[in-house]
Amino acid sequence: MIRYLLGRLASLIISLIVASLVIFFVIEIIPGDPAAYMLGVGAQPDTLAALRAELGLDVSKPERYLRWVSGMLQGDFGISYTYRSPVSEMILERMWVSLPLALYALILSTLIAFPAGIYAASRRGKTGDFAVMGLSQLGVAIPNFWFAMLLVLAFAINLRLFASGGFPGWDKGFWVGMHALTLPAISLALPQAAILARIMRSALIDMLGEDFVRTARAKGLSRAQALRRHALRNALIPVLTIIGLQFSFLLAGAIVIEKVFYLPGLGRLIFQSISSRDLIVVESTVMLLVFVVIMVNFAVDIAYAAIDPRLRRRR
Amino acid sequence: MKAPTSLIVGGVISGVVLTAAACSLVWTPYDVKLLDVAQKLRPPSLAHWLGVDHFGRDILSMLMLGAQTSIAVALLAVGVGVAAGAPLGLWAAARRGGVADELIMRGNDLVFAFPSLVIAILITAVFGPGAINAIIAIGIFNIPVFARLSRGAALTLWRRDFILAARVAGKSSFRISWEHILPNILNLLIVQGTIQFSLGVLAEAALSYIGLGAQPPTASWGRMLADAQTLVSLAPHVALAPGLTIVLTVLGLNLLGDGLRDLLDPRLKAARG
Repeated sequence: MIRYLLGRLASLIISLIVASLVIFFVIEIIPGDPAAYMLGVGAQPDTLAALRAELGLDVSKPERYLRWVSGMLQGDFGISYTYRSPVSEMILERMWVSLPLALYALILSTLIAFPAGIYAASRRGKTGDFAVMGLSQLGVAIPNFWFAMLLVLAFAINLRLFASGGFPGWDKGFWVGMHALTLPAISLALPQAAILARIMRSALIDMLGEDFVRTARAKGLSRAQALRRHALRNALIPVLTIIGLQFSFLLAGAIVIEKVFYLPGLGRLIFQSISSRDLIVVESTVMLLVFVVIMVNFAVDIAYAAIDPRLRRRR
Repeated sequence: MKAPTSLIVGGVISGVVLTAAACSLVWTPYDVKLLDVAQKLRPPSLAHWLGVDHFGRDILSMLMLGAQTSIAVALLAVGVGVAAGAPLGLWAAARRGGVADELIMRGNDLVFAFPSLVIAILITAVFGPGAINAIIAIGIFNIPVFARLSRGAALTLWRRDFILAARVAGKSSFRISWEHILPNILNLLIVQGTIQFSLGVLAEAALSYIGLGAQPPTASWGRMLADAQTLVSLAPHVALAPGLTIVLTVLGLNLLGDGLRDLLDPRLKAARG
């Protein structure tokens, strides 16, 4: 187990280093001097030099990379070119919208998918199964941002149960914030729930062929009982992978959904930064997103090993 | 052999979308460059089957032109994924457990850490938005999908007797991969290609919707929805038509993929029951 953990940890660190190099390189090939861009044409050479020094642009590229990475490790993400405020503060502020949204959606999708998948597997080949599978085909095909627009039309404009967009902030109270995130989370969760339900169903059906399930049936358990008591735990392994993968889609998908609901999340920060060529913000935000995705996948790998001891030895 | 229902339904839907896109190359019901402002936001009628948008353009014509963009972007993105991913996967399988295998698989894991949206954001930050960006962003994300699929399928084939015979005959692993393994995994690639194609259509719509994909005047389903967003309470048809078109297209492609899988790999069907 220790060896397995060390191996995973080593590949985690290498992934993070390569990812940061890729992002740094991509952003660095953009021509132009941010300092000159900020000051505009006709800037004095000495003010330009001073600003370049302040932004850390006066050193060589390898040194800038090292400063960027070591800064991030200490929670310093640099200073925004346009706002002149620390990027870490800007990201942190937006993170409080995007992260809860992604988590909210993850919980919703799991709450929908687990019962649906278990139900379909226990009614395999019957009407209930076909109904769930048909709905999941539809769920996969619906673009989440369009579903979001339909939700706004139905629940915000016609029924007036929710606001059609915006975020009041968590300081107005937890439930007020959750209320504002409900429609976005539902629209984000729908396609993921459809995928997860299918994975859940097929993982359970795979388990039905296993000896231990047959033994359970022989003891006199019904198919549904055997599914719930014996197959479910084993089926969790593939399901867990998908949940891990989905988190990255949810976080990225949140960027799209934020636009539908005018939420002040990471997505809006990225788009504003792109249009104002505030590249340090883009660079750090993208790195943070990738970091979260890599960490979640790492956590899933570790969770695997905890659930299934066989995986510790195999790769 | 009886063709499965999903194959027929999926094939028909995909065929209709493809025909509409091909047709729009030479003809659309109305010229979308002529803005008929008097007809602005008219609901569906006999003259305009799907209504008119906020600039006075015929929505059906816009959808037909948008199909071109969707198909071109998704198809090229699948092309990028297969062209780069399949050889990488075959190479990794041929060098199983070796340095190349390890590097390719770890590289795959790394690309998976960059969701296509994040890649698109990076590219847009550098080169500005456009349909080409969408193709690259979706394409890069497709590479590990096809690499993993090819590697996994090739690994089981390498244990088969006919491959052993080819090795005994003195063929290089490159030739074995090309002449014996690739033809045998082609079915899998086609099925996965259909699925990635439908995901590509969805991704293109999402990228265009947030403004990172096709730019005006190129017609795009995603951008039509972005334009429709503020009008949805005034004229719901402006948002309904492009959305339903995307849903139908993706549904059709998914059904086609399912049908193809059942048709090309009867063992899978028996296993799934």
